[in-house]
Amino acid sequence: MKALAARRHHPLAFVVILLLALAATGGLYAAFQPRDAQAESYSQDDVDAGKDLFLANCASCHGTNAQGMQDKSGATLGPSLIGVGAAAVDFQVGTGRMPMQNSGAQAWRKAPQMNDEQTRQLAAYVSSLGPGPSVPDEDQLDASKADLENGGNVFRVNCAMCHNAGGAGGALTRGKFAPPLQGVESKHIYEAMETGPQNMPVFNDDNISAKDKRDVVSYLGALEENGSPGGISLGSFGPVTEGLYAWTIVLSLLVGCAVWLGAKAK
Amino acid sequence: MSTTTPTRPSTEAEAPASQGSGDGRMLRLGAVGGDWLDRRVSGAGLLRFMGRKIFPDHWSFMFGEVALYSFVVLLISGTYLTMFFVPSMDEVVYNGIYAPLQGAHVSKAYESTLHISFEVKGGLLFRQMHHWSCLVFMVAIFVHMFRVFFTGAFRKPRELNWLVGFALMVLGMVAGFTGYSLPDDVLSGNGLRVVDGLMKGIPIVGTYISMLLFGGEFPGHDIIPRFFTIHILLVPAAILGLIAIHMVMLVLHKHTQYPGPGRTERNVVGFPVFPVYAAKAGGFFFLVFGIITLISATTAINAIWIYGPYDPSPVSAGSQPDWYMLWTDGGLRLIPGWEFTIFGYTVSLNILLPIVVYGGLLVFLALYPFIEQWVTGDDREHHLLDLPYNAPVRTGIGVAWLSEYLILAMAATNDLIALKLRLSINDLTWTFRIAFFLAPIIVFYVTKRLCIAMQRQKRDLALHGEETSKVVRMEDGQMLEIHEPLNEFDRWVLVQHDDYRPLKAGKGVSSLRAAATSFFFKDRVAPVAPSELREALEHAGHERHRIDELTGGDYTTPDARRH
Repeated sequence: MKALAARRHHPLAFVVILLLALAATGGLYAAFQPRDAQAESYSQDDVDAGKDLFLANCASCHGTNAQGMQDKSGATLGPSLIGVGAAAVDFQVGTGRMPMQNSGAQAWRKAPQMNDEQTRQLAAYVSSLGPGPSVPDEDQLDASKADLENGGNVFRVNCAMCHNAGGAGGALTRGKFAPPLQGVESKHIYEAMETGPQNMPVFNDDNISAKDKRDVVSYLGALEENGSPGGISLGSFGPVTEGLYAWTIVLSLLVGCAVWLGAKAK
Repeated sequence: MSTTTPTRPSTEAEAPASQGSGDGRMLRLGAVGGDWLDRRVSGAGLLRFMGRKIFPDHWSFMFGEVALYSFVVLLISGTYLTMFFVPSMDEVVYNGIYAPLQGAHVSKAYESTLHISFEVKGGLLFRQMHHWSCLVFMVAIFVHMFRVFFTGAFRKPRELNWLVGFALMVLGMVAGFTGYSLPDDVLSGNGLRVVDGLMKGIPIVGTYISMLLFGGEFPGHDIIPRFFTIHILLVPAAILGLIAIHMVMLVLHKHTQYPGPGRTERNVVGFPVFPVYAAKAGGFFFLVFGIITLISATTAINAIWIYGPYDPSPVSAGSQPDWYMLWTDGGLRLIPGWEFTIFGYTVSLNILLPIVVYGGLLVFLALYPFIEQWVTGDDREHHLLDLPYNAPVRTGIGVAWLSEYLILAMAATNDLIALKLRLSINDLTWTFRIAFFLAPIIVFYVTKRLCIAMQRQKRDLALHGEETSKVVRMEDGQMLEIHEPLNEFDRWVLVQHDDYRPLKAGKGVSSLRAAATSFFFKDRVAPVAPSELREALEHAGHERHRIDELTGGDYTTPDARRH
């Protein structure tokens, strides 16, 4: 310690302390900063494998460097993926929307083309291009910590006008639509809120906090778990399907009885 | 065997006297009990009259009954619900067993509906029975109404009963709408908001009407208690009263019947109420009750816990009213956002024009019997029904009306159609807009031509009989087909209908009425005249004679003869 103490008036001591302070601040910041941007760690192997998958399956629309592509008239073929984050990849590829079946008003959900491992590798590659929302971890989706009543309220106010109060989906303009939420994994719904796929707005943590998002996905899970206490739900579409049911099934039963009673008279 | 009858008072002294054969004792007891009752209320005459009343039998006559029986189910299930429903908009914190809403601030009306659904024994079943029987009630009224329309059963002397039935249909809509609003969920609140908007769209007085109904600014604190009174007291009382009038008029007028041999304008061919219709109607009541219960026990309706407690901000995708109100939403979805301002007042054509269309459609339906009566000038009583194809223009008008109604109803579901059929909602809206103007015209014309084609075919059938597909070549090369003549009973149905002709203007006939009769009857197919029929039968007999001479009365084909 004597040696250190002897050199504390050395002209370079100031520089050393400054460096130490900077390193400490940066280190602490790095340690305590919100981990939202990159929660999952991907290895370089993942990134390389993801890049190969990307070039084979995605680059024809998104460009070889994921920078996005336009056709001659300036219309977007595929948007830039720099900064969309792992969450966007996990949602789009994990629900089968990407690679896209065919171009149209909107990408349809289908059986995923990539398995979980490939999806993870693609996410690793895309997240290596620039920071963006990551795949939510278990804590962010933990239904046991959720406030269902708040989730229901947030859902009705922010989501139901497009997705229907029962999550049955709804129509948007010109053939676009808000897809049904029944039977969709919590993490995919969470990712959709974070990344705003297709025609959906982005609900980042400033709009709907991480806690509210957890409440929403937990509420939807609870709705699904409760099922339909009244019997066949008719798709949760409400009065229209109920009316159709009355005019078809119920009316045929009644006509059947009326004809039967009329025929008995002969 | 039971020794009591429902009407028998408990005077034990009479019982031993009737010990004997079981049936005789029952009859005597019934007679004594009936006599006791008759001396006090003297209903025997009325009962005998009703018991011997004859009704004709046809399955299409039974939809009025379905409406009546589903109304009984409505009353029974509704009574049960009133025991638990709290018609109040006071705010409470939900504390029931439905976890996703625990802690929510809701109205007492909403809370009690959740309580009925999840905690009251049989509550959800009764709620669903009440709602399903309402849908069935309106379906039955509609089917019944259009049965009456297409068979011309609204003609003299039944015009007033048509109006009573029409009023019942409108009251059914009011009952349905007020009931739908009571649970105070988001969906029903959205419906109320539409009604609020419709009222406010009326120039000058609109805002006052809205203030009066809601007791202030929408939604206020009064609307649910008010609707409750309307829904459980005023409207059901009015419906019951009108049903009574409807039934008394039915008995007074006697029931209509389809044309057939032996059926005339002065008789009713059928079975007496007692025992045939008493048993049938009783049985049918339980069938209707059973079907409604079965559907209610298996199929969910109006899951208000999914819609959530009413709050003016959220509107769910796929928000529609019950089916009988759909058409009133369709016009609002189709009309462009037209409005203009005059002297500081906004005139909302996008509200007013649909209201005018709805009113016009309803008024036309209500007044149709009088319009047709004015056109035909027919002042006779009609107890024999028209077969729809024998009144091509009326049938065309009815189907055109229905097509307009259906287009409005489908326009109200444009988002669901777009979603499920993967179509563009914008294209659908334009399709419905164009169809609103074109479809009734096309549908009217096609229906009318189909009816006329059927009339011609039936006319040929009456004159020439059935074609047998057996063709005989005569010696001179002429080909004759063997026709099987109809029997007189079948022919009767085909030749009995009325014939109206277009009138010329002048001689007390206005040019408007002349034009109307021309519209109705210019393409008429004349019914078979007796002379025509005689001639046709003579000709057929002559032809048959020639064929018989040639074939020796053996109509089997040479091929079949060989075997």
